[in-house]
Amino acid sequence: MRHLLGIEGWRREELETLLDRAEAHLPGGSARSPVLQGKVVANLFFEDSTRTRTSFEMAAKTLGAEVLNWTAQGSSVSKGETLLDTARNIEATGPAAIVIRHRSSGAPHLVAQHVRCAVINAGDGTHEHPSQALLDAFTLRRHWGKLEGRTVLIIGDILHSRVARSNLLCLKALGARVVMCGPPTLLPVGLEEMGAEVTTKLDAALPEADAVMCLRLQLERQTESFFPSTREFSRLFGLTPARAERMKAGALVMHPGPINRGVELAPAVADGARSVILEQVANGVAVRRAILEVCT
Amino acid sequence: MSAPVLFSRGRLIDPRHGVDGVRDVLVRDGQVAQVSEAPLTVQGAQVVDARGRWVLPGFIDLHVHLREPGEEGKETILTGSRSAVAGGFTGVVAMPNTKLVNDSALVTELVLSRARAANLCRVYPAGAITKGLKGEELAEMGELISAGCVCITDDGRPVMNAALMRRALQYATLFDIPVMVHEEDLTLSGKGAMTEGPTATRLGLLPIPPSAEVAMVARDLILLEETRGRLHIAHLSCEGSVRLVREAKKRGLRVTAEVTPHHFTIDDTAVGQYDTHAKMNPPLRLRRDVESLREALADGTIDAIATDHAPHGVLDKQVEFEKGINGVVGLETALGLTLALVHEGVLSPSRAVELLSAGPAKAFGLPGGHLAPGAPADVVLVDPEAEWAVDAERFFSKSRNTPFHGRLLKGRVTQTWVGGRLVFEDGQIKESRS
Ligand SMILES: [Zn+2]
Repeated sequence: MRHLLGIEGWRREELETLLDRAEAHLPGGSARSPVLQGKVVANLFFEDSTRTRTSFEMAAKTLGAEVLNWTAQGSSVSKGETLLDTARNIEATGPAAIVIRHRSSGAPHLVAQHVRCAVINAGDGTHEHPSQALLDAFTLRRHWGKLEGRTVLIIGDILHSRVARSNLLCLKALGARVVMCGPPTLLPVGLEEMGAEVTTKLDAALPEADAVMCLRLQLERQTESFFPSTREFSRLFGLTPARAERMKAGALVMHPGPINRGVELAPAVADGARSVILEQVANGVAVRRAILEVCT
Repeated sequence: MSAPVLFSRGRLIDPRHGVDGVRDVLVRDGQVAQVSEAPLTVQGAQVVDARGRWVLPGFIDLHVHLREPGEEGKETILTGSRSAVAGGFTGVVAMPNTKLVNDSALVTELVLSRARAANLCRVYPAGAITKGLKGEELAEMGELISAGCVCITDDGRPVMNAALMRRALQYATLFDIPVMVHEEDLTLSGKGAMTEGPTATRLGLLPIPPSAEVAMVARDLILLEETRGRLHIAHLSCEGSVRLVREAKKRGLRVTAEVTPHHFTIDDTAVGQYDTHAKMNPPLRLRRDVESLREALADGTIDAIATDHAPHGVLDKQVEFEKGINGVVGLETALGLTLALVHEGVLSPSRAVELLSAGPAKAFGLPGGHLAPGAPADVVLVDPEAEWAVDAERFFSKSRNTPFHGRLLKGRVTQTWVGGRLVFEDGQIKESRS
């Protein structure tokens, strides 16, 4: 048993092994299926995410597990039950793993200190989203063979993005170069210490990238004045068709979804030939099966 | 009257009088009667063999939260007083942000009467600046002062309204008391959970920039200059604030400042993997801030070491980091952490003692803080060689929230005397409830 609380703490070989396993879980792959037969995987979602929850659910079910879905809506949480109470109650049902999504950074770490089963972080606050980073790396690896020597440009709201943090750690660990770009108000200090190169000049950074990852922009950040308007954001940091023209031949476009079409990513680019967005979704299940296998 | 007490052959460190050497100290009727280089023999005196010990003026903590009235599950004036004397503190200033806010004589009198009943250390109540700590209207300062408050503060919260803060400083000149301030611009700290820096970025915790503190320090120093009042800045935590205070003192403004042991000992990396024991307000800062606080302690910019002793229950800390309540208990670890600066060569023994006793006494005009004839016989004996590991389970405080559990410290209080009466000795409280 081991936890997946973040990419932080995982060594390169371990990440590679996990991605190799995911390979076997692709349709037509060699993985034995019902390895979680008779076991329970608990999905503990304190924050909505149909996409991630469904992906983990499918992964668990196709490994033979029973899935216990718990959501915060209408639950005892609204009556003041603490995170640890909830986690301990879920643990009492004897799951092999708890998959947790929570608005607070570090929530899975707290749970992991108090339960005996594997804890898998399905996104915590603005901290990490390791399964997303693994499926992104997996998608890139399938296109490139290896990540060594490649440059990935991550654009947008880095400050509030758990996808950005996990991807930075994962891509760096696998040998890629990571450049982060966004308005200065959305670039936290200390990204360099985590291994990123940081720029606010998108047009200069674009031609160097082998892949461009646009992050979902939470529109309420506008009312907090992290940027003046979504219009201005997309003018300065949106991946428009004109900008996509300046990318390297063969460079890929990614997005963790759901997309604000026309804000961080133009529809024509999202649906264009460079886009691997639907592959990301499809690879999600295989990667999450590998995660459940490795952690339980 | 009890017998005179003779502290014999200890190393007396009394920074206010420039004393650091072996002395005999005679205490009579609750006061220091005589200090002598030559050994004294006094008929009928109780002799305390202080060889190998430091004999120090009792420590004064300008910043503690005793939680009574209102949150007695976390601490009471009695348990807080025990914690104080166990840490060598003979006087503590009790913050007004209790669950019945100390914004009236009634609450001040309650605090004082509970302190008298506990009968251990001296408890000096602090009154609120604004009614209910709401930051809207001034509390009745005159009433608070005559009931026994030694300063006013909305600690825990800033006074965001600059005009109101200006009037508080002006009005307080009537009584010549310090206005103590928690410096935080709430629009800058926002929803932040820890200081801005690589650790916050790594952990995905929203950052609190240093400007949240520094901008308010700047504002209040400007107001101070206009009003010619007295300002005491609580728990100074960053380099920028240090620079402003240093400069203001040079210009002769009546400003004093305190630093907590946690801010001068550990930095933001102590948060580790979301350890809520390292969550406090102001947050732990970066290493360079820690270094600047140490310099400021050494060069006189800082007047006092204060603990901001903030007891909380387990359930307040065993939660998501963002939800975790701010604060650490500090009375029983303050001396050891201060002496660590002595062992590291940052402070001389005399300067360390000054920051714990004479400095705070002077900043607030409190009795004590020195051991010359006529001073109250508030005395602490310290074994400077004793090595010990912090064990939160053994705190006299009701709460255990400390980031220093397990830390090895050198130097420990062996006796605490208040007004000539022994109240703590070798790990035991000497109760004499009145
Ligand atoms: Zn305080």
